[in-house]
Amino acid sequence: MTASSFKTPIPAHELARHLGCSRRDFLRSTAGLALGTALMGGSPFVHGQAAAKKRKVIVITFGGGARDQETFAPEGQENIPYMLHELAPQSSFFTQVMNQGILGHYVATASLATGVYETLNNFAAVPPEHPTVFEYFRKDLNRPSSSAWVVAPSNGFNRIGESDYRSYGPGLGAKVILPKHLLSAATSGTPADYNHLLRDNYETPLYTPQIGGGEFELQQMENILKLSVDDFMTHARTVSSPDELSVYIAKRLMKQESPNLLWITMHDIDIAHTGAYSLYIDAIRRTDRLCAELWKAVQAEPEYAGNTTMFILPDFGRDADEDAGGNGFQHHRTGDAASRTTWMMALGAGVRQGTVYDRPLQSIDLVPTLGAIMGFSPKLSQGKPIHELL
Amino acid sequence: MLPSDLKAEQFTGYPPKARKLVVVHLGTLQQLPLSFVPSLLREVIDYDFKFPAERASIDQELATLSSLSPAQVKEWFHSFSQLSLSSKLEKLDWVNQPAQFVEQLSAYLWTTHQLDAFREAATDYGNRSRTVASSEPTAIPRLGIAVIGQGVQSYSEPLFRNLRKHGTYFKRVKPENGVELLMAAVETRAKAHPVPYGHWYVDGGQPADHGPSLSCVSFQKLEPVRAALLKNIQTEIGKPGMGPEELRTHMARLSPADLGIGREGDEVMQRFEVKLLTEGSGTQIFSTTFAQWTAREVLRRAQPLTLLVRFAPRQRQRPMNELMSGGDSNPQLDLTGSLIDADMGAYYQWINQQRLPGSERSSFLVWFEGHNQALAIAPSLPRGTESNSVLDLGQLLSLAAG
Repeated sequence: MTASSFKTPIPAHELARHLGCSRRDFLRSTAGLALGTALMGGSPFVHGQAAAKKRKVIVITFGGGARDQETFAPEGQENIPYMLHELAPQSSFFTQVMNQGILGHYVATASLATGVYETLNNFAAVPPEHPTVFEYFRKDLNRPSSSAWVVAPSNGFNRIGESDYRSYGPGLGAKVILPKHLLSAATSGTPADYNHLLRDNYETPLYTPQIGGGEFELQQMENILKLSVDDFMTHARTVSSPDELSVYIAKRLMKQESPNLLWITMHDIDIAHTGAYSLYIDAIRRTDRLCAELWKAVQAEPEYAGNTTMFILPDFGRDADEDAGGNGFQHHRTGDAASRTTWMMALGAGVRQGTVYDRPLQSIDLVPTLGAIMGFSPKLSQGKPIHELL
Repeated sequence: MLPSDLKAEQFTGYPPKARKLVVVHLGTLQQLPLSFVPSLLREVIDYDFKFPAERASIDQELATLSSLSPAQVKEWFHSFSQLSLSSKLEKLDWVNQPAQFVEQLSAYLWTTHQLDAFREAATDYGNRSRTVASSEPTAIPRLGIAVIGQGVQSYSEPLFRNLRKHGTYFKRVKPENGVELLMAAVETRAKAHPVPYGHWYVDGGQPADHGPSLSCVSFQKLEPVRAALLKNIQTEIGKPGMGPEELRTHMARLSPADLGIGREGDEVMQRFEVKLLTEGSGTQIFSTTFAQWTAREVLRRAQPLTLLVRFAPRQRQRPMNELMSGGDSNPQLDLTGSLIDADMGAYYQWINQQRLPGSERSSFLVWFEGHNQALAIAPSLPRGTESNSVLDLGQLLSLAAG
């Protein structure tokens, strides 16, 4: 730290508000969305036990870390045509979602899943300290293990399905599927044609851990996804990134298991850590397309069509170009407003379409909101239900 | 241990100039909080191997701190003092390993939700220091040049989008001998205003011919060092207990000798080059990232009068383990991707240049190599406009730099 590293910044709360307002103005002018405060009133959600039993929720984290200026700000619009023109008009869009926690992908995703700003080691294979949304859901509603699934991108995420919290924890969480482990198992560790799908841990690009995968993953493939190794490998050959593989697996899960709560963590965007802006942009465009693809899959699956609510939100942003402590889009290390301020899109069953809300939310508000929608009680979550969705 | 316990003999492990400096200002350091001192020592411990501009900056910072009254010290560092640190941090050897301490402090501040408070304290400190510090005007206004898009035959998307509002877009530039003209102009400046580490040439590929008046860093020239580093990393990753953070700590400790650089030569420059590869992220594998990060570090550390950065094509994206093996001597190139990377890199170069003193007098030129598009930013040029003037690169540079 030297004195020359710092310049007078715009106060963080002002910048966050500005970021949110930019998105709102842009969405209103481009996608023709209405301002939500003018529409506040009765809930569009259908309440009732029968409806709740059928209710499906899919959460997609638009990861790992995308900034406003490459997504919903005017100059970023060309990168998200699907979300902008297809999904946003159907959605309730929240322009200011603040992440006040640690900005590492595993710990931030764990915080999203527990509703508490977790403080675990981002790089360690440890479970979240607080109960996850999957545990609340399954325990409170007495649901089987097949009802909650996580599709996660990298080695570090294999413990995200359940905490080790007493009275919750082992046996009550979500099953986690790691597509890269499937691929590694299917190729018996010699994945010459599939290396591009095994990329892991962008946060330290030079660290390339061994990807696991063995008998357990082969059983998952055969018994749960109903996929032969040959079919899986044939498909893998046609996809260009780890997130494409994740979406393929998610769609198989929807078809075979029909989980009520499905959580998909995207990660391609984190290629930004290598410093190649073009690859970061490519990844945003790909993730945009994949979100729309998943939404189409929801409409095409009888178990999901009409009764699914889908949430799309980044785990956090990335550093601002102007912050001297960072290196712009490359990292998310400064904790500045751009890296902490994101957005959330909710669409599908019970959601008021074409509406923009610009009051500030916390990313930990997601879990209590899911609890209110699905009928479980996330007692230890520190967030608040988003009343616009209830 | 707290800063109030500091004694001169604890700094015997410091290089001579750094040790002397600390001892002179020991009384000042003793008054400052633990949340601040190791960050300052992290800079001081490398004093002997820093660029002149960095040394001057450290000298001035310490002189400013030493001139503060006890009441002023209390006022300046109130926010730092309010931060709660663990006893584990206090027990670390932050005198001899300040960088490792700062790394652990950062993790601790994130975990305890104190990072925002630290950020605010640091920003406030920076503003106060800058207000007090007097900076002599530079001998000549700074000049930055970015040459992007090497090897690209055609590109239909708009370039320089982030910079256009700050300068004049020239769309009829004569590209002939562009690199030679720019290089000649830069060398002329360097010879006319010789300043140690004051004029730089960074190349993302193989450097063009240039004279000794320029400090030069290139991706291609550092190939053996990169290869040694990647080999070192491969070995480390295989060791038990190695993870991303451990690897980063390991890399931060590597010296020029660890990567096969001999003792002869310019040690300041050698250490700088090693840090580009051990502290930068992606600099080891993508030449565009290397050029961008090097430009950032040259500007931040050496504060040059002149910086010419020529981006070169990077290898296409491949899995990280394949990129790291470094075995492919003829990797496929991603020309268009490299142009997009470099376009953003040029923008960051300008931002970093504008952070330096005298920014109101500075000029900047970015050129799409081999093509007729360029953009110039200078006090004398209008902003957000286009020009139809037909100029070669030498003439355009004269127009921008005056």
